Amino acid sequence: MGKILRLNMSDRTAKLEDVPEKYAHLGGRGLTSSIVHDEVDPLAHALGPNNKLVFAPGIVTGTAAPTSSRLSVGGKSPLTGGIKEANTGGRVPPTLAVMGIRALVVEGQPEEKGKYWMAHITWDSDKGEPKVEFLPADEYTGRDLYEVFPELFDRFGDKVNVMGIGVAGEYLYSNSGVVAEDMERRPSRYAGRGGLGAVMGSKGLKFMIFDRTGAPAVKLADSEQFQTGRKKLLDALMEHDITKPKGGLNSYGTAVLVNIVNEAGALPTRNFREGRFEGAAEIAGEAIFEGNKTRLAKELYNHACSPGCVIQCSNTWYNEEGEEIVSCIEYESTWALGANCGIDDLDTVGKLIRLCNAYGLDTIEAGTTIAVAMEGGLAEFGDGQKAIELMHEIGKGTPVGRILGAGTAEAAKVLGVVRAPVVKGQSMPAYEPRAIKGIGMTYAISTMGADHTSGYTIAPEILGVAGKVDQFDRDKAELVRNFQYATAFIDSTGHCLFIAFAILDIASGFEGVVEECNGVLGTSWTMDDVARIGKEVIQKELEFNHAAGLTTADDRLPEFMEYEPLPPHDVVWDVPEETLDAVFGD
Amino acid sequence: MITVHAKLFATLRRRYPELGLGEAMPVSLPAGSTVGDLVRQLDLPEEEVKLVFVNGLVRTTDDRLSDGDEVGIFPPVGGG
Repeated sequence: MGKILRLNMSDRTAKLEDVPEKYAHLGGRGLTSSIVHDEVDPLAHALGPNNKLVFAPGIVTGTAAPTSSRLSVGGKSPLTGGIKEANTGGRVPPTLAVMGIRALVVEGQPEEKGKYWMAHITWDSDKGEPKVEFLPADEYTGRDLYEVFPELFDRFGDKVNVMGIGVAGEYLYSNSGVVAEDMERRPSRYAGRGGLGAVMGSKGLKFMIFDRTGAPAVKLADSEQFQTGRKKLLDALMEHDITKPKGGLNSYGTAVLVNIVNEAGALPTRNFREGRFEGAAEIAGEAIFEGNKTRLAKELYNHACSPGCVIQCSNTWYNEEGEEIVSCIEYESTWALGANCGIDDLDTVGKLIRLCNAYGLDTIEAGTTIAVAMEGGLAEFGDGQKAIELMHEIGKGTPVGRILGAGTAEAAKVLGVVRAPVVKGQSMPAYEPRAIKGIGMTYAISTMGADHTSGYTIAPEILGVAGKVDQFDRDKAELVRNFQYATAFIDSTGHCLFIAFAILDIASGFEGVVEECNGVLGTSWTMDDVARIGKEVIQKELEFNHAAGLTTADDRLPEFMEYEPLPPHDVVWDVPEETLDAVFGD
Repeated sequence: MITVHAKLFATLRRRYPELGLGEAMPVSLPAGSTVGDLVRQLDLPEEEVKLVFVNGLVRTTDDRLSDGDEVGIFPPVGGG
């Protein structure tokens, strides 16, 4: 069922293929990683003609499964030199599924550099399949995405979906993401990490415009089992305190974590020098909620980023005149561009996030890079105005901008900064490894580089979800492994990872996800298959990375964390190498 | 008597709307009081209190408090 759609950017042709039997039960990350593993030479240059960019909706995406509008983007990462899966929500994921596009593979490369194209993908009702038209994209290059997106919707219609790159991808920055529109058609959802925007840019592809008009609904193999599973998951999401309406995520969004992680002494501050930020409360979810309430004279609850989401955790931040500054302010973004840069002003943080969206950057990597720039002397920590200027340099491609656009590891090298918080070249997100050992292990061993979403052990280590473990306990190889496998499975289903808060505590919810998959695919999976399926995905990623030249020496944290104690708990990184190597074993 | 400094977060702030962002309330308790005693003193329903940090470390409701402790109280929350 469904097809693989290939876009060849060397000659601007498109072709549809049947999905091979070996991919029949794959979706999302499972499918992108399999295709990258099977078709991309691990030694290929990430920005050369032999890398590929693969887009795949999840197994249940496009159905009535709740909170299932997610899409994986895969390829060889110019940032890590290994395999990458980045993941986004927004309006586009169900469209690919509905159009029967199980995977979309962008391959080849135009001879003429600096020329950009758009792929207009519509439904051919006669043939019952998608068709592709390539159009020049010159009028949109070099521009702010907030200006360009309305023009695209004007031109192609309100109902289309857009995925593409900002100037960051055109500059081939290792820190450049793939943008997708949110429910209000803002350019604000991102498959952000790992520089896949540069891969898209290296193929001369600026935008893909999807128009699903005429395409039929996704067919189910077993409606009854699907409905049973769907209901079990929905019940779990509606019941759990974190995911339910007016619950934790709906009220305060992800930025609510700022204060918790700060209390735990694990909020990386001023380029990972300390674990507490004195300005944390000013940039946290409560500050957003209460600031909006003062500025708008009403309580604003959060909204969905994508169709069919029942969790609805996205916020919007308004200025004193009641005008929108940006949507949305996520935990990672307010941390990276706030605490990690020593900035405690929400309006400044909001502007910096908006500039990342406008230029096409991953907010995490952008913030950690600016922090390194601060340590390297390009600005003072806390200087929001200077941070905004540096962000504009990135957006304009000045020499300094090009250095910063290359990401945290490269900027640190150029500026002589030893305190570079990176693993496999990708910068660490908003949890200090020295104070939370399991997430530190996750950063070290993840096939993705320093990555918190590949196995969110924060849930038991800090939040008390899926049990409670001591954040300082180092004996966590099994915990980390279990999270890696379960997450790789969820990443393949097309569900947003936030369903994990509910389904790790409410077992019937997790069963429901498995039943939904069976309902779509006609498989007979049980909970026992979850770890197996996740492990198979990761196995392919490990093989790719190994062939690309990554070794266990790359499964380590930066040296400075071993000898620099982190206040307030004065802890160092001391998880033994054997424990790290035991996660995926041999 | 001991005095602890309590900060309330997320939905718990609805019960103490006058509290500034990140502001701690001084709370007086009998010596030997536990985290659970503090939660009751603040009139917070048990099911709304999920996480309590004392001086940056996670504590249970049975743990005892000392004079000068900094306490952070959270309802169930999640994120990414």
